[in-house]
Amino acid sequence: MGAFSPEMRERAENLLTLYPKRRSALIPLCHLAQEQAGHLTSPLMEEIAELTGVTPAEVYGTASFYDMLHTEQVGKFLVGVCTNVACLLQGGGELLEHAEASLGVAAGGTTEDEMFTLEEVECVAHCDKAPAVQVNYRFFGPLTGESFDDLIAKLRAGEYDGVVPPHGTLTRVTRENGIEVPLDEVLAERKEMDRAKAERKAAAEAAKEGN
Amino acid sequence: MEQTNQVPKIVTSRIGLEESWGIKTYLATGGYTALRKALTTMTPEQVADEVSKSNLLGRGGAGFEVGRKWSMLKPGPVRYLVVNGDESEPATFKDHMLIENDPHQIVEGTLISAYAVGAARAFIFVRGEFALGLERLQAAVNEAYAYGAIGRNIFGSGFSVDLVVHPGAGAYICGEETALLESLEGKRGFPRIKPPYFPAVIGLYGEPTIVNNVESMSNIPWIVNNGGASFAALGVGRSTGTRIFALAGHVNRPGNYEVEMAKLTFRDLVERPEYGGGMRLGRQVKAFIPGGVSAPWFAPDQLDIPLSQDDVAKAGSMLGSGSIVMMDDHTCMVRAAWRIAKFFWRESCGQCTPCREGSGWIEKMMRRIEQGAGREADLDLLMDACDNISPGVAWPPQQTTICVLGPSIPSSVASAIRMFRDEFLVHIKEGGCPYE
Repeated sequence: MGAFSPEMRERAENLLTLYPKRRSALIPLCHLAQEQAGHLTSPLMEEIAELTGVTPAEVYGTASFYDMLHTEQVGKFLVGVCTNVACLLQGGGELLEHAEASLGVAAGGTTEDEMFTLEEVECVAHCDKAPAVQVNYRFFGPLTGESFDDLIAKLRAGEYDGVVPPHGTLTRVTRENGIEVPLDEVLAERKEMDRAKAERKAAAEAAKEGN
Repeated sequence: MEQTNQVPKIVTSRIGLEESWGIKTYLATGGYTALRKALTTMTPEQVADEVSKSNLLGRGGAGFEVGRKWSMLKPGPVRYLVVNGDESEPATFKDHMLIENDPHQIVEGTLISAYAVGAARAFIFVRGEFALGLERLQAAVNEAYAYGAIGRNIFGSGFSVDLVVHPGAGAYICGEETALLESLEGKRGFPRIKPPYFPAVIGLYGEPTIVNNVESMSNIPWIVNNGGASFAALGVGRSTGTRIFALAGHVNRPGNYEVEMAKLTFRDLVERPEYGGGMRLGRQVKAFIPGGVSAPWFAPDQLDIPLSQDDVAKAGSMLGSGSIVMMDDHTCMVRAAWRIAKFFWRESCGQCTPCREGSGWIEKMMRRIEQGAGREADLDLLMDACDNISPGVAWPPQQTTICVLGPSIPSSVASAIRMFRDEFLVHIKEGGCPYE
């Protein structure tokens, strides 16, 4: 019995077919693992290692480099308050202080009920709506202390369940099929294209010399 | 998104339309006609020729000619095309908008480019945090498959290509093209040692690879439909066509504005009612960042510089990622520069000592000045740390690191010290921030 559920295992195998080399699927597979478990558990990382042909340490070492990949449990909602320069100028720093007081945790912490993990994040490219907040990578802004509290209350009450999936589910649109045109078929085609190009070039040069 | 001048909207024409991200809207507004034209009536060289004629400058940050980049592609049996949608330069939010609101345009531009360079497979690398963008782009790819624009024998032309949407996982450094390729190979986003300077020589899996930005790709369908010469007719000199400027900070109307290159000045963009609508609360400009936080700052007397790559470079900064951050006279420059330093410290990949250590030292010194524990000698020490990362602390910068993240660190800190030394001294003498 693997760490991935049968359904996730099937999606994982589909992902592997998208890349010429298996290791390229490592990060998409980590996202998939987080969709299943909310974070990267050791058994899931071991299965990703098996699927991509690397060691579990390499999976951990790669995952730990990236902000979005969590090897420890986080809340159902990962709340990121942006304090980078565009948000800072519009009160992002003050909004983070408010969020810390309101949720009762410092940035990086998780509330006792495990509903919310608060993060101070770098620019989320939502600067025309500064100060901006992301909840499981869904964007909100501009927010005040009051509208932040309102957002938290609604998240807690489940009012955003259709908009903000639980932490780990990055995208709800998947590619159904694998690669449609195998690489060797494409390469044969490219060879033919290159040959035709060389012919056109030679013909153009011959015409030039003829003049 | 609003546009009131007579210049055509090249990349933002569908922004604001109903379901602008769906294939129905795309096809109703001329979508996939350029792909059909390229595949069924043009050779790959003819497509590349039009792009060269357009003189389209890469819209990611470095501003390298797209056509020239393509021409450097080393011949080889396997070639790849990778589209960089990892937009993370602080205060830049144009690619985010394009990915969410016109994903088909990116797909079409990518397919045309794959044809022009003979790519065996194309990947669109999307910043992981763009969850909605990832969903809409994948949906667009699924629709394009069903429509016959991707896959086998596209539009009966004999050309086949697959396109994969690849999610990132949160790391600014992956916007650097060689770090992006490492990440796409399933590794940490460590930039590769140069030379080779271009992935066109050694790229994804060691094969020749073209890496182009999302906005660059979005321009390709228009160029194919209207010709490179029409594109080059817009703008001034090397800065051709239109470009999206992401205007942020203390303006009344922050937003993305597509304008003709080099025809407007920073002041036009900030003050005109159809763009920024002036500074918030009628306040004065204290300083502004002309092209993302990697760029040195400009003073109010530089507002009349045109929005052209060469004019901004001549004035000692860069147009970079096309993001402009306005700061008014109530802004604490120490705090702003500290926050930017903190960003680079957090995002340094850690490979090179000057960047890894230097960013941390600078962040710590900036923090202690802002929080009131600074010393006057810190100012020299800060400039010395900057000098160790980028000798001379000038623009264009000298580099002691594998990639350009390193020399981007001093830009804001050195600008703030040079332009607002008195403000640092007030922090130090009063033992705290005078703006709090």
